[in-house]
Amino acid sequence: MVLKVFFPSCCSSADSGILIGRWISEQNSAVILAVVHFPFIPVQVKQYLGEVQRLTEVSVSVLGSWSNSKQEKEERLSKFLEDLGTIFCHEPWIQISKEGDSKFWSCSTLQKHSENPQEEEIILVYYDQRKVMLSHLHPPLDTAGQGAEDASKLSAIFDTVARSQVLFMTDRYDEGPIKLTHWQSDGVEASIIVELLKQASVPACMLLTFLLSLLSGICRSRVLKFWPLSFLWSKLSTCEQLGHRLQHLQVISSNRKAQSQNQLMRKANIFVSLLIDVALGILLMSWLYRKNRIGHLADTLIPVADHVAEELQDLLQWLMGAPAGLKMNRALDQVLGRFFLYHIHLWISYIHLLSPFIEMILWYVGLSACLGLTVALCILSDIIALLTFHIYCFYVYGARLYCLKIYGLSSLWRLFRGKKWNVLRQRVDSCSYDLDQLFIGTLLFTILLFLLPTTALYYLVFTLLRLLVVIVQGLIHLLVDLIDSLPLYSLILRLCRSYRLAAGVKFRVLEQQDGKPLRLLMQINPLSYGGVVETYRLPTYSCYPKDSWASLCKKLFLGELIYPWKHKGDKQN
Amino acid sequence: MAEERWFRSASGVPIALRRRQHSASCRELAVRGPRLQLRSLSAATSAVWLAAYGLFAVSENSMVLSAAIFITLIGLIIYLHFVKIDQESLLVIGSLGIQVTSSYASGKESTTFIEMGQVKDVVINEAIYMQKVIYYLCILLRDPEDPQGVSEVVPLFQSSKPRLDCLIEVYKSCQEILEQRKTAPQSS
Repeated sequence: MVLKVFFPSCCSSADSGILIGRWISEQNSAVILAVVHFPFIPVQVKQYLGEVQRLTEVSVSVLGSWSNSKQEKEERLSKFLEDLGTIFCHEPWIQISKEGDSKFWSCSTLQKHSENPQEEEIILVYYDQRKVMLSHLHPPLDTAGQGAEDASKLSAIFDTVARSQVLFMTDRYDEGPIKLTHWQSDGVEASIIVELLKQASVPACMLLTFLLSLLSGICRSRVLKFWPLSFLWSKLSTCEQLGHRLQHLQVISSNRKAQSQNQLMRKANIFVSLLIDVALGILLMSWLYRKNRIGHLADTLIPVADHVAEELQDLLQWLMGAPAGLKMNRALDQVLGRFFLYHIHLWISYIHLLSPFIEMILWYVGLSACLGLTVALCILSDIIALLTFHIYCFYVYGARLYCLKIYGLSSLWRLFRGKKWNVLRQRVDSCSYDLDQLFIGTLLFTILLFLLPTTALYYLVFTLLRLLVVIVQGLIHLLVDLIDSLPLYSLILRLCRSYRLAAGVKFRVLEQQDGKPLRLLMQINPLSYGGVVETYRLPTYSCYPKDSWASLCKKLFLGELIYPWKHKGDKQN
Repeated sequence: MAEERWFRSASGVPIALRRRQHSASCRELAVRGPRLQLRSLSAATSAVWLAAYGLFAVSENSMVLSAAIFITLIGLIIYLHFVKIDQESLLVIGSLGIQVTSSYASGKESTTFIEMGQVKDVVINEAIYMQKVIYYLCILLRDPEDPQGVSEVVPLFQSSKPRLDCLIEVYKSCQEILEQRKTAPQSS
């Protein structure tokens, strides 16, 4: 059976001593965590290990001996190290010795209590202790107790090193009975900035929580729940986005420490995302307010709205004539055309009424871009929705008319064939009609049928316009979603400290020498960028198409009103 | 201990199989495809630039030329970094696992390590591709719920596509190491 020894590369130049670590018997592998140097008292070492075991719940024990003889091989030392095996009885007792600066170490095991001592092959795997300690394996396996035999071998090793952090807290400047060598033995690493930020974050969090509770109290007050206002809030996407960001702020400012890695990454991602969002928003704001661009924007808004209205008027005149060579029903055409023209006239009057105030409104609304780029984009989408409100109205009128017509036609067609829709049985049944019913029905049927092309054309034109507006709004919302859900902190971590997010490990075979154990280097295989985005994506109130293409086409054909984007939290009607 | 032999791939280009035995339970098998030829690179670049020059002569717009240079550079970088695989290797370490590495022409290496506990077997499979029958080597992964079942099939040497004779060599080498774990006294 092959024995695998995981040796930390930082201990390669340590002085002679004994090896402590964890022995995983199911995999026949030893994970070495540190080297204890001479002089030491065995009783104290055992006491220390017992303490560490209690604190970390990792079964740390003395695994073997390590001799680093810089001069010639010392005979007394090797005998002494063998005798140590009797004091710290561990089966098997691993002996690693390094001579001078040689890369090739000799490794042997002492098995005292085995019946048939066989020469087993030894594999020496070097690992970078700091990186393995800080790394986090994906996908995270649920640690369902220690007795999981199917648990991945590698996750056991990562787990061992990560949980033994308390072992790495003593460095060689401590005045203790035990002298250890591990990755931090030259002094515990810490960063002043990180410590200061940690201290400052507590009062900052408390202040933020207080402000947020005030804000959510105001939002939930009865004043804002009256019908017109609540309807308005639910329709404007800006309010949804602001609510979403408020939720994010609440997550960040909570006082409880993150329990798991996932929660910590999520908090960090939300924080960085908010920061970048606000930074981009302020950049946009500074660009907008320079050289009076807001004034220019307001000045061009009214002419653009006028232009759109004029184009619509031209379109309606075209429809009222002979559009594309089709012959319309003159009377119905005139009625519908005049009806829509009057609406446009009303709309233009309203816009002109508002025109003196537009600049001021825009100036103040533009200030809210400092809340974030996503808020600015949502405001843009809402402005587009408001400016094209008349197109939406026309679409609704056209769709309702067309829908009525289609239903009337289908029901009268059934009458024409002598059938009837049975509401109770939800099916078509035959029915005997009276002569006058048949007569009136057929008459109405022909009237509706010959009026169909006119209505259908109006419906088609306005549906296309509405779909155009919906597509533009959809694209803006897609961009907002992207900014909301991208895990920027995880991506930056993957770029700069790729060992923190590990998809697995990779082994490299180092130089070999006959007679010496096989030497491998274990490195961390980082997660791919796609994997990072998939694992750490922030959940959004995403709008995704609620209908498949087939049902969308069916709805369009029947004249039902379509609202292609469904928001999470919309009640299903 | 390294040895190299030449074989042919499924499409007829010569490939080299290199076997190295690092220790009794550790073997490395690497299949090396042909390197990028200067001829084909120059031919492709000249074709693109000639076409761009022709367009420039017709349209008198110098943006076409800069666009062509840009496209050629970006296309070359993408090809070297994401498409052209130089060498695919298999490192079998008994009792640890199997590591599959693909090295691209730009030096990028993409590695996957499969632990020995997950590996059920290494087999040669047949596949019908268009009008041909091709053989490929694959690793069968164990299903955690069903001890006899196979949860996933990982195909190896996808871009170099060696023929059956090369695959048999690789298969024999792998099986020698995989058998050792069956003869091991304790369960792994």
